[in-house]
Amino acid sequence: MATVKFEGATRIYPGNDHPSVDKLDIDIADGEFLVVVGPSGCGKSTALRMLAGLEEVNEGRIWIGDRDVTNLSPKDRDVAMVFQNYALYPHMSVADNMGFALKIAGVEKSEIRKRVEEAAKILDLEPYLERKPKALSGGQRQRVAMGRAIVRSPQVFLMDEPLSNLDAKLRVQTRTQIASLQRRLGVTTVYVTHDQVEAMTMGDRIALLKDGLLQQVASPREMYDRPANVFVAGFIGSPAMNLITVPVTEDGVKFGSHKVEVERGVLSRAGSHVIVGVRPEDVQVRTEDDGLEIEVDVVEELGADAYVYGRPVAKEITLEGSEEGGERPFIARVDGRNVPEKGQHIYVFPNAEHLHVFHQETGERLA
Amino acid sequence: MALEITAARPDPALLDLPWSTPLEEWPEDLLAAFPRGISRHIVRFVKISGRVVAIKEIKTDIARREYEMLRNLRRLGLPAVEPWAVVAGRVTPAGDPIDGCLITRHLQFSLPYRALYSQSLRRGTASRLIDALAVLLVRLHLAGFWWGDVSLSNTLFRRDAGAFAAYLVDAETGELREQLSDGQREHDLDIARVNIAGELMDLEAGGLLQEDRDPVEVSERIMTRYRELWQELTGTEIVDTGERWRVDERVRRLNDLGFDVGELEMTTDIGGTSIQIHPKVVDAGHNSRRLLRLTGLDVRENQARRLLNDLDAYRSYFGRQADDEESVAFDWLREIYEPLTRTVPPELPRKIEPAEFFHELLEHRWYLSERHQRDFSLEEVKADYLTHVLPTKPDEKDVLGVDTVEMPVIASED
Repeated sequence: MATVKFEGATRIYPGNDHPSVDKLDIDIADGEFLVVVGPSGCGKSTALRMLAGLEEVNEGRIWIGDRDVTNLSPKDRDVAMVFQNYALYPHMSVADNMGFALKIAGVEKSEIRKRVEEAAKILDLEPYLERKPKALSGGQRQRVAMGRAIVRSPQVFLMDEPLSNLDAKLRVQTRTQIASLQRRLGVTTVYVTHDQVEAMTMGDRIALLKDGLLQQVASPREMYDRPANVFVAGFIGSPAMNLITVPVTEDGVKFGSHKVEVERGVLSRAGSHVIVGVRPEDVQVRTEDDGLEIEVDVVEELGADAYVYGRPVAKEITLEGSEEGGERPFIARVDGRNVPEKGQHIYVFPNAEHLHVFHQETGERLA
Repeated sequence: MALEITAARPDPALLDLPWSTPLEEWPEDLLAAFPRGISRHIVRFVKISGRVVAIKEIKTDIARREYEMLRNLRRLGLPAVEPWAVVAGRVTPAGDPIDGCLITRHLQFSLPYRALYSQSLRRGTASRLIDALAVLLVRLHLAGFWWGDVSLSNTLFRRDAGAFAAYLVDAETGELREQLSDGQREHDLDIARVNIAGELMDLEAGGLLQEDRDPVEVSERIMTRYRELWQELTGTEIVDTGERWRVDERVRRLNDLGFDVGELEMTTDIGGTSIQIHPKVVDAGHNSRRLLRLTGLDVRENQARRLLNDLDAYRSYFGRQADDEESVAFDWLREIYEPLTRTVPPELPRKIEPAEFFHELLEHRWYLSERHQRDFSLEEVKADYLTHVLPTKPDEKDVLGVDTVEMPVIASED
């Protein structure tokens, strides 16, 4: 078991001006499950590979426990990349499938047996150790593959998009399995994904990267409730948070015709405008003129709730698209028994207790 | 969603395939061979317009990525299977989406390692397969390809004058980089080692491994062979100023290994007593390019070397060292190579390629001469070979379906 520490770790690919990973600082606790998430090209896989020893660290240091591993070869780091393409061998028993890599590493037979049995216990595979993989169900086979990584008993597990080639249903199933297994094993784990839902449901904490820069590292709850900037606000949560630039008044912000009070201290740090963020579930919807006027485009019925997708009637107001720009719809969650019609005009304003305010230029959180 | 087929040279016959049916349920009469094993993805072999293609069902974005990657590898002149098309936008009649498909052309006369093991094998086959894989891995690494899933299963082998030439089949996990770090190369090597050991142990457990050598020991060979080759191809060497012939020798050694040298960096030390040489290898195929230039024959590296040796022997036998190389090659082709490989029984083209046949004749001549203690003409050798050896050979032109026998690591209901 071990802690992991990135200390100003930087990776610049030859021929690139910008670092792919820029002065990354993260402290990962012993036994923690950290999910590194971000859009493609954000540097998340590079960061993981720096920890694995597969990418050079140009500046800064990486520690595993109290060992500086910055310049160690992958083999000497005592980490295991859990590989998505593990094959199972049909003629070999489940026990041999789990333990054969230890044989290559020269581990004693009795020790191999011991570790395989321990892993089988954790994975609920004990009764099947002498069977062939063919006799197992799909889920059991998958656990055998995981067993291959577990028997190595590394200090840190590294997983790079391990679910990316599974279909949606299997992804959900396997996600739960990995998360609960990690908790049972208590081995420090760094897990990379582009999927914020995966990040939210699996990690003890999430580290969100964009353009090689760490945006925020926090628990899923903290990330959701107190996003550090506009990018985090737009990335975490599904459907995404609504982000709109609005004018600042003396004691609050104007959301269409509705005034929302904001602390003066907060406003003093802003300019004439701020970006306001409001999650779909924190939107108040009115049919009379109170708030921002929205024309409804689509209504997604979910039974108890419904999501309303629309766009501001005033053309000059557009929503911040934090990922790839373009026009984003305004999204509101409404009571499923009281749903507006397509084409209808509604008025929306944020719930004052759940208002997110960001600086218009820097995008940093003000409140 | 509409069916969307992306292909460099699309064939309308592709449209006739039952894309709205999951690959697993395709009718057997469509299939060129029914796979005996189970692979991680569903793979089927189908005959379209007279040629065999492999169809792999896989998520569309991964299929597209692999298609592009295989194209890039081939553009770089690396031995990989030829990607043919990506099929996206598949839906069942009920409207449910199905995964996309990557279609690659079947590599004729290629053999999956498991098919090789199901034949009676010459001793040392495992080692020769691993040697071929080591060459492939070195070539891929020199070009900046980080494979990520090196194994015997993800490789196809073609006979190459008694040895094997290896081809990459699965590029799903691969990435192309400007250059690979030592850590990245070691990672591939480590994966290769574990996978090879696993694959051989599995054959052993299935009673298919005829050699009684320890799989772990055999798997070690990928490390040593790879490292030796990498060192020879990229290593810096220091020679004494008085031994300048060794510069030339290094180039020749690389040529013998089948690699061409693009540049040779030479630096002398301050006192001028030693030279440091560092070759920049362009690519493999030195001999096959030379043979192609001389004769127009397009064959594999070891076959080319074998043919070139015979060409050299022909040249000195007839005392034509002073003649122009091209004209000697032209005569050798007309008088020796073509008569032997052109007039062959009809079953031969299914069993063996011409260049490999020629190599086998040369081998057989040596064997006959040794046994009877006299010289044999190639015509005599051919007659004997066709009577005694050829009938024992399996058809190898289209060996399909026994490529991967790994289990899919895919969860269904428990």
